[in-house]
Amino acid sequence: MVKIIIFSLLIIVGFGFFGYNIWKVRSNILLGRDLNRSDNFWTRLKLMTLVAFGQKKMFSKPIPAFLHLALYLAFVITQIELIEILADGLSGVHRSLRASLGGFYTFMISFIEILSVLAFFATIAFLARRNMLKVPRLRMSELKGWPTKDANLILIFEVILLVCIFTMNGADEAAQVLSSNSSYGFTVSQFIGPVFFGGIKSIETLHLLEQIGWWGHIIMVFIFLNYLPYSKHFHILLAFPNTYYSNLEKKGKFTNLESVTSEVKLMLDPSADPYAIAVDPNAVPLRFGVKDVTDLTWKNLLDAYTCTECGRCTSACPANQTGKLLSPRKIMMDTRDRMVEVGNNQRKFGKDFDDGKSLLHSYISEEEIWACTSCNACVEECPINIDPLSIIIDLRRFLVMEESKMPTELTGMLTNIENNGAPWQFSQSDRLNWANEE
Amino acid sequence: MSLHVPTMSEMIAKGETPEILFWVGCAGSFDDRAKKITKALVKILNHCKVNFAVLGTEESCSGDPAKRAGNEFTFQMQAMMNIQVLNGYEVKKIVTACPHCFNTLKNEYPELGGEYEVVHHTQLIQDLINTGKLALEGSETYKGKKITFHDPCYLGRANDVYEAPRSLIEKLDAELVEMKRCKSKGLCCGAGGAQMFKEAEPGTKEINIERTEDALETAAEIIATGCPFCNTMMTDGIKNVEKEDAIKVLDVAELIANAADL
Repeated sequence: MVKIIIFSLLIIVGFGFFGYNIWKVRSNILLGRDLNRSDNFWTRLKLMTLVAFGQKKMFSKPIPAFLHLALYLAFVITQIELIEILADGLSGVHRSLRASLGGFYTFMISFIEILSVLAFFATIAFLARRNMLKVPRLRMSELKGWPTKDANLILIFEVILLVCIFTMNGADEAAQVLSSNSSYGFTVSQFIGPVFFGGIKSIETLHLLEQIGWWGHIIMVFIFLNYLPYSKHFHILLAFPNTYYSNLEKKGKFTNLESVTSEVKLMLDPSADPYAIAVDPNAVPLRFGVKDVTDLTWKNLLDAYTCTECGRCTSACPANQTGKLLSPRKIMMDTRDRMVEVGNNQRKFGKDFDDGKSLLHSYISEEEIWACTSCNACVEECPINIDPLSIIIDLRRFLVMEESKMPTELTGMLTNIENNGAPWQFSQSDRLNWANEE
Repeated sequence: MSLHVPTMSEMIAKGETPEILFWVGCAGSFDDRAKKITKALVKILNHCKVNFAVLGTEESCSGDPAKRAGNEFTFQMQAMMNIQVLNGYEVKKIVTACPHCFNTLKNEYPELGGEYEVVHHTQLIQDLINTGKLALEGSETYKGKKITFHDPCYLGRANDVYEAPRSLIEKLDAELVEMKRCKSKGLCCGAGGAQMFKEAEPGTKEINIERTEDALETAAEIIATGCPFCNTMMTDGIKNVEKEDAIKVLDVAELIANAADL
């Protein structure tokens, strides 16, 4: 009875805190500007199925893709065992699904165990790769400090989760052997159980070990769940909505700013009367481009939460490869850090609070955004369709249109376009000269 | 052979309507190297008797470099002025030899009122060959030569056009060799995003040198491109490593025009 009460409390606190965090994450994402991505349900569903569920884009690097797949499958399938743990915890019955499922139950647990063994080796391989192999994209300056700890912590959590599962099933199998010389027939633990716990000749100790594994597992699940919203590992949940709400247009198509369109139309229309247009005196004019996270769209902010800092974008970036300051991954990490900061500030000090900082300048420098060639390699590379390029371009728009700050050569280029319709100083009337030149 | 380059206004004055507008672009109009690509394409169009016209002095910058540099005002001013001209001539189909113009006209003009069928010149040439208007059979010019293709970002990743330029190289009876980074994984030449018009930010290497090294690794004799800016960057890269004699940078249109002996 005590166990059921403690367990119920754990569930209430675990899910309650997670719910609170999800509410915070949602309100942070909604700091962004509106954007309509409610169209093309079936196209989006297909994209999500292929890219998030099917991990299509991961397979351009087969070895990490395979290891990642093992972890992912184990994670998804183990949720079935979690259902039983919840049922056991609330009913006080041991292995409550076994009686009704029979042979299928053994098959299911065995399946989970095999995947868990693969996941265990994958986790060890990932830990080794992160800490021993010198994979350049996992050792860049933006990962110093917390991001590296975060990455290792996640992997350690996974090791603990897996150790708990095998402690639980292994001790249970050893207890079966000790009490009735029989076995549940779980593929992995029927062998490793006796190996690790066979020396223990007390049924109470084995039950205690089994309980430690059981409680350890469920406690770790709740720690893990509640750690996610603070971690880069949030992608295991957000990859799904993030790919669903992907940009479906051609990657080369940049948005046309509507606020600019109406002004340009006015300028080009000789009969237009600017005073005839009704202006709402209370309307706050929208900024051109992006200075802070509140100028970004909610999709940009969802992108930032979804980024798991793998760095494929940065390792494909031509600017980064040639030693420039730009790292698309850092753009996403900065966006997330700033969004969380603004969200916390607004909740604490009210909506109009200004901390004097902004995404541009305080987090992302002008040098970074001017290094971009807009080649879309980062967008192409991201396994879960994050788009750092649109943030970079919107930051440029703010610099150019609101602050008139840009490299001097670009000022010249823009003046040329405005004066003679070409980025160079050639007269428009010479545009057809090539046809008569030898 | 002199080029026949009718302008839109001449044709309309004669009461004729061209099938397709050739959007030359700023590089194609003014840059000495890119002008050769423009002429190569005109030779092909003339040879195949394509009923085309150019805007001539009525053409203006598509606005791409302004947009990528963050100046949406200048972009939209250019776009809307161009759209007025294009719609005035009731243009339906456009071909361009510049992937930047291609992308902007194709993807960014429709919302502003300019809806046209826009094709890259490699797609048009592919079509001319497929419909039998252009024949390359028996051409020895590039037979067996190793040619690598550098994917322009605004043609490849931006618009998913990878096959048209490659199919043309295969039509030359040449040996197409791919760089280690190609198609959707292709490395930028370094010119996009208005970088063409500014100094690179501080770094350890120029992007065009990095890309030139990719091309040299293939041991190709020719780097084919489909973009005037990529052409400039790759040509500069080759000059930088002093390999001008070993490897040439040519647009796909130039390869085709040479092979067809135009």
